[in-house]
Amino acid sequence: MRLTRLGTAMLSALLAWPAAASAQIDFSGEWTPVRSMDNTEDPWIGDWVGLPLNDVGRARAEAWNASLLSLPEYQCRPHGWAYIYRGPTQLRISKAVDPFTRQIVSYEPEWHQSTNMPVYLDGREHPPEESAHTWGGFSTAAWEGDMLRITTTHLKEDYIRRNGAMVSDEAKVTTWWIRRGDYLTWINIVHDRIYLSEPLIRSAEYRLTVNSIVPAHPCTAVFEGLEKGHVLHYLPGENPFIKDLRQRYGIAAGVPTSGAETMYPEFAGKLGESDWSRGVRGSSLGAGGIRR
Amino acid sequence: MSGNRPSVTAAAVVLAAATLTLQAQQGRSAGSAQSSGADLRIIPIRGNVYVISGAGGNITASIGKDGVMLVDSGAPSMTDAVLSAVRALDRQVTASGMPQRSCVGIVQGCTWWNSSNLLPTTVGPPAPRPIAGIINTSVDADHIGGNEKIAAAGRTFGVRNLANAPLGAWIVAHENVTARLSPAGEPKVPAGALPDETYFGDEKKLNFFNGEGIVITHVEAAHTDGDSMVYFRGSDVIAAGDVFNLADYPVIDTKNGGSINGIIAAANKLLDMIVWEHMMEGGTMVVPGHGRLGDVADVAYYRDMVTILRDRVLAMKKKGMTLVQIKGAHPSKDYDPRFGRNPQWTPEMFVEAIYNTLGAAGR
Repeated sequence: MRLTRLGTAMLSALLAWPAAASAQIDFSGEWTPVRSMDNTEDPWIGDWVGLPLNDVGRARAEAWNASLLSLPEYQCRPHGWAYIYRGPTQLRISKAVDPFTRQIVSYEPEWHQSTNMPVYLDGREHPPEESAHTWGGFSTAAWEGDMLRITTTHLKEDYIRRNGAMVSDEAKVTTWWIRRGDYLTWINIVHDRIYLSEPLIRSAEYRLTVNSIVPAHPCTAVFEGLEKGHVLHYLPGENPFIKDLRQRYGIAAGVPTSGAETMYPEFAGKLGESDWSRGVRGSSLGAGGIRR
Repeated sequence: MSGNRPSVTAAAVVLAAATLTLQAQQGRSAGSAQSSGADLRIIPIRGNVYVISGAGGNITASIGKDGVMLVDSGAPSMTDAVLSAVRALDRQVTASGMPQRSCVGIVQGCTWWNSSNLLPTTVGPPAPRPIAGIINTSVDADHIGGNEKIAAAGRTFGVRNLANAPLGAWIVAHENVTARLSPAGEPKVPAGALPDETYFGDEKKLNFFNGEGIVITHVEAAHTDGDSMVYFRGSDVIAAGDVFNLADYPVIDTKNGGSINGIIAAANKLLDMIVWEHMMEGGTMVVPGHGRLGDVADVAYYRDMVTILRDRVLAMKKKGMTLVQIKGAHPSKDYDPRFGRNPQWTPEMFVEAIYNTLGAAGR
């Protein structure tokens, strides 16, 4: 009788074992970003080069006014899932383990100033579309070999570059985690039929570290001088900062500063000489790069 | 640790949504809402409050020890499905055996555990409570369509003594809803669909229901001139009606007194009422008239959108452009792919409504 029960229990455990869970590599731990020129992300207004914005995505970006961030409801916002992996802070990936099966239920990546963004590996379904959307969205994952493929839905509208380039709340993100020894490659593919004409594919690198921390981030919104409900924006064609980019990088009129075309290597051949490329950085903008 | 709470809560909302949707589907398979072929979605939000989607305008339901209170009643064609779904949800919530409200504070009849709750095989679950009332957020057919039938299925004082409760649930709305539905005393709808209690001014407070205060807030001339937002103070959920729409551009019903500045004022009023939980998400949850559940960030984006489009149309109007010229300039083009997909309320119709409800000074 005892053997029969044991056998039944083992069979049940085997049947319950997620097939894809057998290929596992551990992603948990503390990671530090490996910075590169590609992910320094200190953008100028109008610099949407490398982003596959469609026409309406560009129109949306051109209307964006950075002073909007002074409104209380814009303060304390975190980077969302489509962007935060390119942020400068340490990354902690925790894992939650089922106490009975010992299988990993979820990984939970977090950064400084992020919300919790669990990635579920237990086969649960994504919630219905009518559910709330969050900065981190709702993520599920499956193993593909030693790589983890993550699918994220239920995101809030959010930026993909901190200068008004947005993706909508209908965006979906496919993320790949690839670990090679102490290095983690994080690949994000953003799909958004509202503001992108092609998927946006970017990556970031992290290195395992043993002495990093992710501190708490208490944040309280305050009055910063903007009248309540004063939504700052530029009317179409009236954003005064957009032309600066062409001047800085020698981008001739008629050459795009956004869109899928600007993602590919051939685009570099369309850039002309400029003060910037000649090393005279800031001369066209006044001391310290401040616009005159 | 406090930094973890908001996201846990947000995730819990999402997860709970998945759970109850599944349960609702199971309920339908048993025949509850299946008869009409309706695919209603029932999502628990927080505390007593649920949203039922797919029946026209979103329906918000408070379910608990005092019975059922609905904010709006859906489209006329969906009434049977709504009624079935509400009854199934009522049974499920009532029979859960879990306390629906805390016994802390000034309470009357909060639930608690006892042995009979834990022995459902020997003692059946408590009977579901009746539908006690309906609050209408506007005059729209897809929000009041079920009034007559659903109200008739309820009981007004379904709180303590059901035997003495009169048949029929009450219907509350702003007085302009009744005025629109029954101009000059000539009802356009059956008498049973008319609000039997109205309010005027900015606010109406209801008695506690299911252990929480409910405050109805009127916003002037927004979607219509009779709009109400319903705030469940304990559950911290606002049923905003059509002044907040996450599916389409907000319908500005100019024939019924709507205006773009009223829509903007309503969105800013919502932001005044909302308390976010952490990092501008979670906290007060907002049920839009149409579309998915929202929170502070969603309302802020929406407020921005309607303000920006108002400003663009106003700037063009001040330049002397005609309505045809303004429409031709596509002032809403960066929002059209997201909010302009409703063939019944196109971007051109929205722009025209903005134009027509703006004076030269934008007032």
